[in-house]
Amino acid sequence: MVPAGVPISEHPLTRYLRPGTMPSSFCPGCGCGMVLNALLRAVDHLKLDPKEMVMVTGIGCSSWIPSPMFKCDTLHTTHGRAVAFATGVKLMMPGKKVLIVAGDGDLAGIGGNHLVHAAHRNMDLGVIMVNNAIYGMTGGQCSPTTPAGMLSTTTPFGNLDPPMAVSELLASAGANFVARWTTYHVRQLSRSIEELLTGEGFRFLEIISQCPTHFGKDARKEPAEVLEQYRQSSVPFSKDKGTAEAPDEMAMTVGTIADRQGKGYVRRLEQAEARWRGPPVRVDKKEGKI
Amino acid sequence: MNVKAIRDSYLERCARRRIFDLGDVAVGWGAIFAGCDFFAGYPITPATEIAEFLARELPMAGGRFIQMEDELASMSAVIGAAWGGGKAMTATSGPGFSLMQENIGYAVMTETPCVVVDVQRSGPSTGQATKPAQGDMMQARWGTHGDHEMVALCPNSAQECFDLTIRAFDIARSLRMPVMLMLDGEIGHLRETFDLRSPPRMDLPVPPDPSAAQPFGGEPVPPLVKFGEARYLHVTGSTHKPDGTRDVTTPEVHDALVRRLCRKVEQSRAALKDVEKDIPVDARTVVLCYGAPSRPALAAVADARKQGLKVGLLRLKTVWPFPGDELASLPGSVRTVLVPEMNMGQLSREAERYTDMDVRCISKIGGVTHTRKEILAPILEVG
Repeated sequence: MVPAGVPISEHPLTRYLRPGTMPSSFCPGCGCGMVLNALLRAVDHLKLDPKEMVMVTGIGCSSWIPSPMFKCDTLHTTHGRAVAFATGVKLMMPGKKVLIVAGDGDLAGIGGNHLVHAAHRNMDLGVIMVNNAIYGMTGGQCSPTTPAGMLSTTTPFGNLDPPMAVSELLASAGANFVARWTTYHVRQLSRSIEELLTGEGFRFLEIISQCPTHFGKDARKEPAEVLEQYRQSSVPFSKDKGTAEAPDEMAMTVGTIADRQGKGYVRRLEQAEARWRGPPVRVDKKEGKI
Repeated sequence: MNVKAIRDSYLERCARRRIFDLGDVAVGWGAIFAGCDFFAGYPITPATEIAEFLARELPMAGGRFIQMEDELASMSAVIGAAWGGGKAMTATSGPGFSLMQENIGYAVMTETPCVVVDVQRSGPSTGQATKPAQGDMMQARWGTHGDHEMVALCPNSAQECFDLTIRAFDIARSLRMPVMLMLDGEIGHLRETFDLRSPPRMDLPVPPDPSAAQPFGGEPVPPLVKFGEARYLHVTGSTHKPDGTRDVTTPEVHDALVRRLCRKVEQSRAALKDVEKDIPVDARTVVLCYGAPSRPALAAVADARKQGLKVGLLRLKTVWPFPGDELASLPGSVRTVLVPEMNMGQLSREAERYTDMDVRCISKIGGVTHTRKEILAPILEVG
C-alpha cells in the first residue's frame, strides 16, 4: 500500500506503465482503472517480463487500459478485430504472451465472430472483456450485453433484447479457460488474469464493470453503490447445476466457468508441422525435385 | 531444424524450376520466393487457388498458413503477423477486398508492410462470381477512407504474377506500407509456363536504420521495426506522433503524419514506375492497357500496324501511382488514347487527368475479355 501523498511516479507498479500516461483519461469512478490495477498486480505477481508480452486492443474505453498505458509492444487495432490481429501476432511469435483487452461492444458486438472462432480454435490468447454493458466511448448506446429493458441513447424506450451470455457462449465454443467476475472482486480478478497469462489455449475473463458516465444515465448511481450492488447480486458459479440459480433478474453468476486442459492451437500446429515436414530432406541438386 | 534452414532447403530444391500452372499458383510461388512466411485468407473464387497452394506449400517452406473466419479477420491477422516480424500476405477477390478495406487503411496509417492480392471478378456484389473483371482498380486506389496514396501492381502473365509478387513484397518493405497486387480472374486462372527465378529488382529506397529515426518517424519512410525488439512499440491507427503515441487533437500532428504517408509514395514515383511501351515517334493512336486486355491489345496493335496505322502500346505494370508523366510526354502526333478495360472506365478516367488528348475507354463487361477485333475496330475507327 502506498501512503497518501506519495507521487504516482513512486508507486511500485508504475514501472509497468508508459511514462506520461498517468493520470489516465478515464472518467471518475470508471471501472477501467480497477481493471488496470488488477492487471498490473497479476503481471507483477507472476514476475512477467513486459518484453515477452504483446497487448492487443480494439476500439473503446477499455482498450485504452493497455493502449497506451501498459509498457510493452502494443497493437491498438480497428474496432472489433483485436482477436484476429492477435491471432497473427501469436502465430509469428508463439513464445510471447499475447493479451487482448477490449470491451463488450468491441469483442461481443462488432467482433463477435472472431471471438467465437478464436475460442473454437482454442487459439493461445488471453482475453479480458471489460463488460460495462454499454458503448461508453461513443456516448451510451445499447450493446449486446445491455440488460433487457435498460434505457440507452439507442433504446430510448428500453432495450428489447436480453443480454448476451458471452462467457457461456465461449465456454461452449471450446475455450480452455473462462471466468467472470466484477470490479468488486479485485483479488479474484488478479488471480483470473494470472490464469489468462499462464495456461495454453483460449483464455477468457469477463469483467463486469461500471460506467458511471453512460450506463443507466437515467437512474444514475454512485460508483460505490454500483460496486455494492455487484457484491449483493453476485452468485457463485456452481459446477453441479451448470449455472447458479439467479435469485432475481439483476443477479449474475461469477467464478470460473470453464477450466479445461485442451491442447492449444499453437501446440497442435507445431506438432502437425513436425509431422508434415518429416525428417530433413537431402537435396539432390541435379534432380531439383521437391 | 530452424525455420530459416527449412526455408533455405526448400528454396534450394525448387529454384530454377520451370512450372506450368495457373497465374494464381504463380502468385503463390512468388510469395514463397519473396520470403513470405505468413498467409491468412478466406476462400473466394477466383483467388482460392492461391490459398490452396500456400496451405500445402507454405508449411514446407517454413511459413504458416491459416484460414480465418472471414476477410476482415484475414487482413487483421496479416497485419498482426507483420508486426510479429512476418512477411505476410493475403489474397481475395472483390467482395473480400471490400471487407478488407478498413484494415488496409489501418496498414497504411500504421505503416505495416504487407501484400494484398485481389484476383478481380465481375461485380458489383456477388455479380458473376466466377467471371473475370477489372472493376476494383479504383477500389484499390480509394477503397479505404481518408487521404492516402497507394501502390498497386498489375501482371498480365503467369511469369509476371511470379515476378510482381516478389516485387510487391520488396516495395511493401521498402516503403513500409501495404501493396496491392491486382490480378483479374483471367490472369489468375490462365495456365502457362513460368520460371522460378530471381526477377530484376527495382531500385527502391532503403528504410533508415532504427537507431536513426523514430518508429513512426523518418523522412519519408520510417525504419523497419517489429515487436519483440524491446522497443515497447505503440502501434495505433489513430493519429500518432513519430514515437507512436496517440495525438488525435493537434492539427499539426495529423497534417505532418498524413502528408508524410503520401509523400513517401510520391517521392518514389520514378522508382515505382514500370511500363512496357512501344510507341512510334509518329504515332497517332496509343493503346493504354493493363492486365488481361493487354494481351488482345498487343495483337490488335500488330494488326493495325500491318494495315499501315501508326499505333503505339503503353502497358502499365505499376498502375498506382499512375504514371501520368508517360501520357504527358506522348509524341505530339498522338490524337487518341484508347484504354481497353474490363470495367466501365476506371483507369481511362485517371488518364484523362494527365492529357488533353481524346481518351476513350474500350469498355468490356460481362465476364469476358476483349477479343483482338474488339480492340482493333476502335483503332481503325480513329485512324
